[in-house]
Amino acid sequence: MKTIVKTAVALGMPLAALPAVAALNVFACEQEWAALAQELAGDKASIYSATTALQDAHRVEARPSLIARVRSADLVICAGAELEVGWLPLLLTQSGNAKIQPGSPGYLEASQFVPKLEIPKVVDRALGDVHPSGNPHVHLDPRNIGRVAEVLTERLVQLDPASADTYKSRGNSFRERWRVAISRWEQQASPLKDVPVVVYHKDMSYFINWARMKEAGSLEPKPGLPPTPAHLAELVEQMKRNPAKVIVYSAYNSARAAEFLSERAKIPSVMLPFTVGGTDKAKDLFGLFDDTIGRLLEVVK
Amino acid sequence: MHGKAIIALAVAAALGLSHAATAQTQDELKSLREQVRQLDRRVADAEQAAIQASSRPAGENAMNPAVSVILNGIYSNLFQDPNAFRINGFVPTLGEVGPGVRGLSLGESELALAANIDHHFRGTLIASISSEDSIGVEEGYIQTLSLSYGFTVKAGRFFSAVGYQNQIHAHAWDFTDAPLANKVFLGNQLGEDGVQLKWVAPTDLYFDLGLELGRGRQFPAGPAGGRNKNGVGSGNVFTHVGGDFGTGTAWQTGLSYLSTSPQDRAFDDPAGTTNSFTGQSRLWVLDGILKWAPNFNPTYTNFKLQGEYFRRKEDGDLTSGTSAKTGGFASVQSGWYLQGVYQFVPMWRVGYRYDRLNSGTASFSAPLNPADFPILAPYSPTKHTLMADWSPSEFSRVRLQFASDKSRSDVTDHQVFLQYIVSLGAHGAHKF
Repeated sequence: MKTIVKTAVALGMPLAALPAVAALNVFACEQEWAALAQELAGDKASIYSATTALQDAHRVEARPSLIARVRSADLVICAGAELEVGWLPLLLTQSGNAKIQPGSPGYLEASQFVPKLEIPKVVDRALGDVHPSGNPHVHLDPRNIGRVAEVLTERLVQLDPASADTYKSRGNSFRERWRVAISRWEQQASPLKDVPVVVYHKDMSYFINWARMKEAGSLEPKPGLPPTPAHLAELVEQMKRNPAKVIVYSAYNSARAAEFLSERAKIPSVMLPFTVGGTDKAKDLFGLFDDTIGRLLEVVK
Repeated sequence: MHGKAIIALAVAAALGLSHAATAQTQDELKSLREQVRQLDRRVADAEQAAIQASSRPAGENAMNPAVSVILNGIYSNLFQDPNAFRINGFVPTLGEVGPGVRGLSLGESELALAANIDHHFRGTLIASISSEDSIGVEEGYIQTLSLSYGFTVKAGRFFSAVGYQNQIHAHAWDFTDAPLANKVFLGNQLGEDGVQLKWVAPTDLYFDLGLELGRGRQFPAGPAGGRNKNGVGSGNVFTHVGGDFGTGTAWQTGLSYLSTSPQDRAFDDPAGTTNSFTGQSRLWVLDGILKWAPNFNPTYTNFKLQGEYFRRKEDGDLTSGTSAKTGGFASVQSGWYLQGVYQFVPMWRVGYRYDRLNSGTASFSAPLNPADFPILAPYSPTKHTLMADWSPSEFSRVRLQFASDKSRSDVTDHQVFLQYIVSLGAHGAHKF
């Protein structure tokens, strides 16, 4: 009898694991959008991030656990611009959830609402894993966070009108705090102007553009392809002629290639959080920029 | 004296006030300048955005579906004659179960088109072009987008959700060929014309339930192409449970049950006669998959473990081509495989697969003579397969594979394959 009860309880487990009854279930593809949704919705939403700062959003498995989360989502917010093309379409079609299909209010691609950089003139896979709509890593320009915050607030209001006042006041408060923070960061980041930087992947372009740094090369020979010894050797040579001041890589990259170049070219390398959770200090979006600028200033000064 | 003091005080007060006023104006000016500066940058950005927007493609072909092409070519070195290939102990399935031709050959090329049809449906067509210049519809289906509550309906031709590997396109397989169990129980790969209804539970633990009703156009149904009758020729029910362990391991396990009533399902015995079966065929498949990558980041290293267990019961009437007699036939057969694939550095993977089949029990009742069915004589085939592949990008792969295949009871076939598989065009998404 006891065994039967235990089995029944075990079988009932999936039902007990039903998501908590917050008004809105938000599924974010990346940590930065989960953090933004958290700022704007507070406890009105239950927020799930599909990836952590230690994952490369290009390469994610369409795991059963992700399909299960999309199944119950009221809003899916992702970077877009083909960043999640290898896994998100599967989650959407497998979920049996009409609310979050592209074109519905429950589907939001952040990159659609910001001016994109690096839109290729020529689209050819021989150039690496290029994104025809432009560089998708838009969140590292803090002004883009502000732009997406506006759109996201509108969506939250549209999807959950009962809590409209909360979303609006949280939205206003966030945007005001964000505006002040941007002014502060612009001042703090002024020594970074014109500093040449070597990146790992082209995931720092929006930050580089905002801080008016100069990209002097990338460890990947072509976007999306892992660093090769031949390409690194070429970079060492290039650094002899035109030395960069800093080599950066993201929390989800291996440090090996950056350290190799750093030793040979005598240029400091620094790991950047890239998104919320990438370092201890990058606890939220404010911390993300504080820490990114702080880490760069430490080596650039 | 008194007056002077008052004047001095007044002047001082006025000065102080004007000083405060100046400071206030300066603050305002500063913030205004800041706002203008920010506006300036926004205008510049807006201009840039406008330029970008204007460069987007326009015209009739802007609505083209996502197109992708899979090309693959292979060099095969086979110790035994592939034309004499058979899997002893099991009914030939008439599928593409053999190891292919010897020497250099073009594998199957695939052309895939997919797009949302409207807000209700998505359509997919995958045509395969064989190296013998014939075109086949591998999959061609529509799928609902707008049903809610976790329901999706698929209709058309699609790979049946029986087991795990069956639903995966050959170009995404981890080995050059299908496991022996898929060859003998599903004729390599079962594509069905029919309807699939699937429901995903609203739980954090993934759980789905599905039902497929099909024409029964391929083995284990029969005859090939489907029976000449109204209604349904095959049914499949399936369920999956899946989730994560910790922050690096994802798992899924599934159970499916495929039931068909083949009629005059013919097979040629190696002796040259044609036998046929009419009766019931029921297949159970239990599958499991586990994928590991540190922090779910498969870029540098990852590991994949996959296995399936098949068990089939058939009973009905068998007609012998040798004696032209019909009698009762029943069998219970099983098979399984287990494979592991490890990416040890970026771009490089190695894998091993073990296959085993059990021809189990077969009973022939009078007037049938078991000796008239030499291929069904009890035998348990096994196979060892080793592979290494190199993927310089997400879109290309070169693979070397060795196999020691004991599908035939009398000889061991040593097989070497060198293969390339590439994809052009739209970036496909791969199932878990």
